[in-house]
Amino acid sequence: MNNLMIIGQYVPGDSVIHRLDPRTKITVIFFFVVIVFFANNLWSYSTLIIFALLSMFSSKVPIRFILKGLTPVWFLIIFTFLLHLFITKEGTKVVDFWIFEFYSGGILQGIAISIRFFLLILITSLLTLTTTPIEITDAVEEMLAPLKKVKFPVHELALMMSISLRFIPTLMQETEKISRAQASRGVDYRTGPLKERIKAIVPLLVPLFVSAFKRAEELAMAMEARGYRGGEGRSKLRELRIEKIDIGIYIFFIIVAAIVFATRSYG
Amino acid sequence: MDIIFKNVTHIYQPRSPFEHIALNDISLFIPSGSFVAVIGHTGSGKSTLISHLNGLSLPTEGEVRIGEFTLTKDKKPENLMELRSRVGVVFQYPEHQLFEETVRKDIAFGPKNFGVSEEEIESRIREVLPAVGLSESMLDRSPFDLSGGQMRRVAIAGVLATKPEVIVLDEPTAGLDPRGQKEIMDMFYHLHHSENLTTVLVTHSMEDALKYADYVIILNKGKKYMEGKPEDIFIQKDALHQVGLDVPEIVEFIASFEEKFQTKIPFHNQSISQLAQHIAEQLRGVGR
Repeated sequence: MNNLMIIGQYVPGDSVIHRLDPRTKITVIFFFVVIVFFANNLWSYSTLIIFALLSMFSSKVPIRFILKGLTPVWFLIIFTFLLHLFITKEGTKVVDFWIFEFYSGGILQGIAISIRFFLLILITSLLTLTTTPIEITDAVEEMLAPLKKVKFPVHELALMMSISLRFIPTLMQETEKISRAQASRGVDYRTGPLKERIKAIVPLLVPLFVSAFKRAEELAMAMEARGYRGGEGRSKLRELRIEKIDIGIYIFFIIVAAIVFATRSYG
Repeated sequence: MDIIFKNVTHIYQPRSPFEHIALNDISLFIPSGSFVAVIGHTGSGKSTLISHLNGLSLPTEGEVRIGEFTLTKDKKPENLMELRSRVGVVFQYPEHQLFEETVRKDIAFGPKNFGVSEEEIESRIREVLPAVGLSESMLDRSPFDLSGGQMRRVAIAGVLATKPEVIVLDEPTAGLDPRGQKEIMDMFYHLHHSENLTTVLVTHSMEDALKYADYVIILNKGKKYMEGKPEDIFIQKDALHQVGLDVPEIVEFIASFEEKFQTKIPFHNQSISQLAQHIAEQLRGVGR
């Protein structure tokens, strides 16, 4: 279970990517995701791949670790590739095998879509790998700030986000603890018929909910005891600031985007 | 059941940036029927150590043997359920594992999983209730309506009802009031003798270790730091301080007394009244 959870787990570090303002990272990644869908030939794809690999290497997160995080998605990538291979009937017929016919268009389309998937997942997981959840929430709050004018509860939303992010590891630990305790009392989560295994979840879920409610109550009490009143006039411990390096990244990314638009084939 | 650790190493999330060596080349021998205290600072590997005792964790290297069961790197014993029915574990804050509608059902949960018959379960419930100090009138109440101390007793009863041969206690008294702490520890001590159990107690309390255990193992950063009889371990004040542990109050007292009165009082795990008598005799000797 723990191995699958690695996808997007923050890896502490001090690389350029780690030090970027989270708003920069979110903005760049958002536009990267959009631009990925504009790429349609060798040149535009290579530009994007180089950009993604460059970001990956400069993040200094161990490669093995990133690849391991991608394991759950490999299946999806391969599946879409095969789907295109079998279904798309464009271009010239390349191979005729038994009842299958493979077309050049299908193969190319399959490769292109797989690369898209790979790029999207790589770059978005890079965000969570190099940014603490708290930074992401701060950035979201800052970026949505204009919506406050239309009475949108931005601060409350950000608070909800940070609380739920904060409690994911806690609840995971709690789950681990309770499942160990119940396993010691003879619950078998791994073998046996499906019906029995579903029944085995009850002894896990009930204590988990009980403790989650208790935690929520305690947290609410602690917040009130310290005079929490919401976002109005509240100052921050960590102010987000756009530095030179952020501007550099923006410019670099605009150049990358320009190359993609210049090299993609039109019509 | 004898418990043997042979060069056991346990690493969490190996080959990742979060790699953590929880146990480092630990070898132990806990003979059947002994009462062993495992002491160490937070993060010294105590909890990892005890999770090997019923196969919740497997060693990354080395071998753990509990009676006729053997745990190695990737080999869980086939009869894991039997191992778990014979090694009962009382986790930290065991009341968090309660989930059934009634106290009776919750106590019956363990034995039922291990395939004990209904009548046998009923007779075990009647047996363990007085042992943990609960009355039968509570059996049909919801465990969530009880006080914290009572909930813990229910959880402990649930472990005892599986009739383990080895009982593992992970800070069983944490968060209880002093009287509750003493009652729970006295209860386990009594059970240890009456049921011929092998007891492994993880604790922060030097007093408890001194009072109840006949063997002490001290862990530090995943390694075995010291082991021996409590009376031999607890006089090594400096060695204990080195790893952030204190000596029991009685030892502390004897040390300051010796210093102040320039005398020697041999420490052999005597009770407070024995010590008082010894001191009284010495003082009388001085007075004469």
